[in-house]
Amino acid sequence: MNAVKGRTVLFVVIAPFVLTGAALGWLRESRSYRTAPPVTAELETSRLLPIGIGGAPAEVYFASGSVYEKDAYNLSQGKRLYDWFGCPACHGDGRGKNGPSFLDGWWLYGPDMVSIMASIRNGRPHGMPAFRDRMTEEQIWQLAGYVETIGAYKALIAAPSRNDGIHTRPSENRAPAVILFEQGPVGNRREQGPTP
Amino acid sequence: MKRWLLLSLPLLILAGCQSSQSALETHGPSARHLGDLIWLFSGVATVIWLLVVLVMLVALARLPKHAAEGRAERDARMKPVVIAAVIATAVIVTGLTVASYFTTRAIGEPREAVLDITVRGQQWWWQFLYSDPGAGGFETANELHVPVGKPVRLRLESPDVIHSFWVPSLAGKMDLIPGRTNVLTIRADRPGVYRGQCAEFCGIQHGHMSLFVIAEPVEKYEAWAALQRSAAAVPDDADALAGRTVFLSKPCAACHTVRGTEAKGKTGPDLTHVGGRGTIAAGTLDNTRGGMAAWIADPQTVKPGNNMPLVTLAPEELRQISAYMESLK
Amino acid sequence: MSEAQSVPPSDTEFEDGIVEERLRRLWARRRGFWGALAAVDHKVIGRRYIATAFVFLGLGGLLALAMRLQLAAPEARFIDADRYNQIFTMHGTTMMFLFAVPVMEAMAVYLVPLMVGTRNIAFPRLNAFSYWTYVLGGILLWVAFALDVGPDVGWFAYVPLAGPEFSPGKRADIWAQMITFTEIAALSVAVGIVVTVFKQRAPGMTLDRIPLFVWAMLVMAFLVIMAMPAIMLASTTLILDRLVETQFYNPAEGGDSLLWQHLFWFFGHPEVYIIFLPAVGMVSTILPTFCGRPVFGYLALVMAMIATGVLSFGLWVHHMFTVGLPRLGESFFTASSMSIAIPAGIQIFCWLATLWDGRPRFQTPLLFIIGFIITFVMGGLTGVMVASVPLDTQVHDSYFVIAHFHYVLIGGAVFPLLGAIYYWFPKFTGRMMSERAGKWAFGLIFVGFHMTFFPMHMLGLMGMPRRVYTYQPEMPWGNINLFVSLSSLILASGFLLFFIDVVRSYRRGEEAGDNPWGASTLEWAIASPPPPYNFRRIPVVESREPLWDCGETLPVASGLRLDRRELIVTSVVQGLPEAREASPQECIWPFWAALATAFLLIWSIFSPWAVVWGSIPAAAALIAWFWPKGTPEDEG
Repeated sequence: MNAVKGRTVLFVVIAPFVLTGAALGWLRESRSYRTAPPVTAELETSRLLPIGIGGAPAEVYFASGSVYEKDAYNLSQGKRLYDWFGCPACHGDGRGKNGPSFLDGWWLYGPDMVSIMASIRNGRPHGMPAFRDRMTEEQIWQLAGYVETIGAYKALIAAPSRNDGIHTRPSENRAPAVILFEQGPVGNRREQGPTP
Repeated sequence: MKRWLLLSLPLLILAGCQSSQSALETHGPSARHLGDLIWLFSGVATVIWLLVVLVMLVALARLPKHAAEGRAERDARMKPVVIAAVIATAVIVTGLTVASYFTTRAIGEPREAVLDITVRGQQWWWQFLYSDPGAGGFETANELHVPVGKPVRLRLESPDVIHSFWVPSLAGKMDLIPGRTNVLTIRADRPGVYRGQCAEFCGIQHGHMSLFVIAEPVEKYEAWAALQRSAAAVPDDADALAGRTVFLSKPCAACHTVRGTEAKGKTGPDLTHVGGRGTIAAGTLDNTRGGMAAWIADPQTVKPGNNMPLVTLAPEELRQISAYMESLK
Repeated sequence: MSEAQSVPPSDTEFEDGIVEERLRRLWARRRGFWGALAAVDHKVIGRRYIATAFVFLGLGGLLALAMRLQLAAPEARFIDADRYNQIFTMHGTTMMFLFAVPVMEAMAVYLVPLMVGTRNIAFPRLNAFSYWTYVLGGILLWVAFALDVGPDVGWFAYVPLAGPEFSPGKRADIWAQMITFTEIAALSVAVGIVVTVFKQRAPGMTLDRIPLFVWAMLVMAFLVIMAMPAIMLASTTLILDRLVETQFYNPAEGGDSLLWQHLFWFFGHPEVYIIFLPAVGMVSTILPTFCGRPVFGYLALVMAMIATGVLSFGLWVHHMFTVGLPRLGESFFTASSMSIAIPAGIQIFCWLATLWDGRPRFQTPLLFIIGFIITFVMGGLTGVMVASVPLDTQVHDSYFVIAHFHYVLIGGAVFPLLGAIYYWFPKFTGRMMSERAGKWAFGLIFVGFHMTFFPMHMLGLMGMPRRVYTYQPEMPWGNINLFVSLSSLILASGFLLFFIDVVRSYRRGEEAGDNPWGASTLEWAIASPPPPYNFRRIPVVESREPLWDCGETLPVASGLRLDRRELIVTSVVQGLPEAREASPQECIWPFWAALATAFLLIWSIFSPWAVVWGSIPAAAALIAWFWPKGTPEDEG
C-alpha cells in the first residue's frame, strides 16, 4: 500500500518535469564542435537561383537539423565571427554604415539562409567582398545564421544575447529588427544595389 | 649556423629536461618565499594535527576513575587546559598571520623592472605583447622568453573571460580579468623552462591552456628578441614556399599574422616565428612537423571546442603548409 | 448553544489513554495520494527531505566517479571536454545545493521540534512548500543534464564565462534558476526553524537548556537568512543579464565582473558554515551519549558557534585572493580568515575534553565522530593555509584546494552526518541499523576518503590546477591520479554499503526501543518512530539533560485543547508559557504553490513575460493557501 502510494506520488511529481524536459529537448543544444568534412563539402553544393537571390540549401543542411539557424552555440559562434571578420566595419552593429543595414526590413539580396550565405561566400556588387577564401564553409554558414537572427522579426530563444561590450542596440534575442523597425526605416541607399 | 644553434636551445631544453611546474620546485625569489611559507605552515599544521590525534587516542584509551570526585571538580580541572589550548591556538594563528604578512612584503613588487610585457589570456591560449620603446615591440604566443635574474613586469589582461596566470616555480598566481589590469612581477634565478597553466576555469578547453616561461641569459634573450622583431623570412625550401602560398590563399591568413606577408589576422596567435616554439596549441602538441600537420588537419579533434576551424586541405597542401610553419623560425 | 458545549475539551480533564486516543485522531495524517501531497507533519517532510537529499548524494557521487575515471590517465578520452565540464558543474551544484544544505536543514526539520518538545514545526505549510520547491528545482537541474543542457560553467558560475556572451544557450540559466529554487526552499525552512526554536520550546527550556544541536541549527538558520539573499540577487541579475540585456556584469557598460564574485562568495563562504555548524551540533549531541557524560563547555560551544556564524560573513574575500586586491585588504582578510580557527579550536578542545573524561562506547556513531575529528582537524589546518593570502596564491584553484574542502565538507560535515544517521535512524524508523555493517562502512569510507583526497594535496602543490578535464602525459601527475581514482572506488564501496544497510535496516532492522542509546535529549522520551503529535503532553524541562536528570517520568504541562491541533508558545529567553497556538492541518495548496512557482521560474528562463503571466497561478495558489478553511485551527 505504502509502496504503491509512493510510486504514484513519484509519478505525478515527475511527470510535469518529464514533459518540460521533453520541451527542452526540443530546444536541445547538443553541441558538436566538429563538423565532418564531407558534410561541409556537401553544404558547398547548396544551389543559388540564376539571379543570385534565393535558392535551396543542400539536403544535408536539413538532415543535420538546420543547426546554423536553430542552435544557440552555432548562432553565438556566428556572432563572434561577425566581429572577428570585420563585418562591423561596413555593417556597424547591424544597422549599416557604408554597407546596408540588416534591421530595416530591406534585404537587397534576399532574407533567406542561402541568399545570405551566398552574399558572404561570393560577395555582392557595390563593395561586399567575397569571404570564400577567408572563412571556412562552416564559418560562413554560422555567420549567415547569425545575420539572419539580427534581422528576424520574431526573437528566437536560441538567439545570442548581449555581448560584454558597448551596448548599441537591443540584442538578437530581443528581435532588434522589430524594435527598430517601429522607429521607422532608415532608408535604402540606392548606390548599394537595386531597389527591391 | 650559430643563429640556428641559438634558436634551437629552447627546444633542446624542452626535450632534455622536465620543465618544472611545481610550487615546491622553486626557481624564483617569489616562489622561494612562498615555498618557505608552505613548509612553515605545513610543519606547524603537522605538529598540531599529531598533538590533537595523540590527545584523542589517549582520551579514547584511558579509563577515567570517576568515583573520587564529582563532575564539576573534574571539569574545573580540565578547564585551564582547554583555555590554555585555545590561547595557544590564538598565538599560533597570530604568528602565522604575521609570517604571511612578511611574506607578502618580501614578494612585493620590486621598484624597477627591465621588461614590460602585456599578457593577454584568451580562450584558450596566451598572447604576449613585448613593448620596447627603443627597439619596437613584437608579439608571440604561449612561450614567454625572459632574461635570467631580471625582474619582468607582466600586465595581465583579458579580452574575453577570467583566466589566471600561474607558473608555480616562479610565482603565485594572478587572475586576468576583463576590464582590469593586474600586475605581476616575476624573476627567474636560473635558466630553464618553467611550465605554467591557466588556473581559473575559462571554458571548454581550460585543460589545454599551458604556457612556458623560458629564462635565458641576457645575451641569448636579446638575440631571441632581435629575431622576434624581424619579419618572417621567405623560405628557401620549395615545399615551404608552396606552403606560404597555400597559407595566404586559405582562411588561415584571416585569423593569423605572419609579419612580412599580407597575413594580418588578429584572432589567432601571431605565427611570425612559430617554428621556433616548442609546442603548439598552448602546450597541447609538440611542435614537430607531424604535430603541426595533425593540428592543422583536424584541430577540433585534438582540442575540441577551440576557435581554430577545420580548414579543408588537400594532403599536398597540408604537407606544404606544415613545412612553411616549420620554416618560420 | 449551551454553556458546557462552548468550553472546548482540554487534556487536563482526561486520562493519558483517552488523551492519546483523541490526539491520534486529531493529528492523523491524511491518507492516499492527495493526502501524501498535502502532508504538513514535520516528520513526514523531514523524512522525505532527507531521503531526497541522499538520492542527490548518490547521483553526485556517481558524477565524482565519472570524473575520476576520466582523470585516471593523462589525455584520456572516456568523457569529452564538454561533458566533463557539465559533470563537474553538476557534481558541485548537486552536492552543495541539493545535498549538503538541504540535508542539514532536513535533519533540523525532523529533529528540532522533537528536541525542543513541541508538536510540529512553526509554519508547517511553508515547510511543505519548501520541500516541493526543492525537489522541483533538483528535478529541473537533472532533467536538463540528461538532455545535454546541463550547466557547464562551474558551481560558482563566474561571469563573464557564465554571462550571455560566453555561455550561449540555456545551460547557465538552468543553473541560475535552480539556485532560485533551492534558495527559496532554504529560506522557507530557515524561517520555520528560527521561530520553532525561539517560540515553541517546551516550558522551562531556557536559552541555556537548549540542546547544542538546536543551537547549531538556530545559528545555521540565521546564516541562511542572511547569506542566501546575496546569491538570489546574484543569480537573478545573471539571468537578467542573459535574458533582457541588463549590464550588471558588463565592464564596458559600467558593470563589473568581480561584483559577481563578491556576491557569490558573500553567500558562498557562510554556506560552508551552513553545512558545517549543523555537524558541530550533531557531534556535540552524539558525543555525550557515547561518553556517558554531558558535553564539556556548553557555553563555550554555543559562543563558538555564534562566533563562527558572525565571522563567516567577514571572510568571503579569501576565495578571491588572486584577483588583485589592495595590500591592506589582503592583510585584513588574512587575519579574519585565520581568526575563525579560534572558535573551531574551542569546539575541538571541548570535544576532546568530553572524550577525555568520558567512558567511550565504541559504536558506529562514535566511530564517525572519531573519524570526523581526525579528518576535520586536517581540513581546518589546510584551511589556515589557504587563509594566508601569499600562500593561497600558490594553492588557489589547484588540487590542494579540492583536497582542503573535501576534508572540511566530507570530513567535517558528511562524517558527522553519517554518524547522525546511524544515531537517529532508530528514532526515524523504529529500527536499528546494523552495527557490523556500520563498522565496515565507516572503515571503508574513512580509509577510502583519505586515500582519495590526501594525495590531492600533493597534486595541487605539484601544480595541477582544478577543473581541468585532462592533463598532459609529460606532467608528473599520472600515477597519483591513477591511485586517487582507484582509491575512490573504496570510498564509493563504503557509501554503497551504507545505502544497502539503510535499505536493509528499514525493512528488517532490529526493533529499537524508545531510547536505544540511553541519550539525554527529549526526542528519546517518545516512541520510535514518534507518533504524529510527538508528545502526548508537552514536557516541562528543568535541566539541560532532561532524560538523564529526570529518570523515567518527565514533568509535563497540560491545558491544551483536544478538538484542534495545538501547541504551546513560550517566551524567547526563559521559555515561560505564553499562549496556546493552533498548528495547521494538512493542506494541498503548498504543493500547488510550489508547482506554480516552478512554472514561473522555469518559464522565466525563456521569456521575461513569464514573470507577468506566471505570477497569476502563483498568486491564485497563495490566495487559496491563505483562504480561511473554517477548521478549528483558523480560530483566533
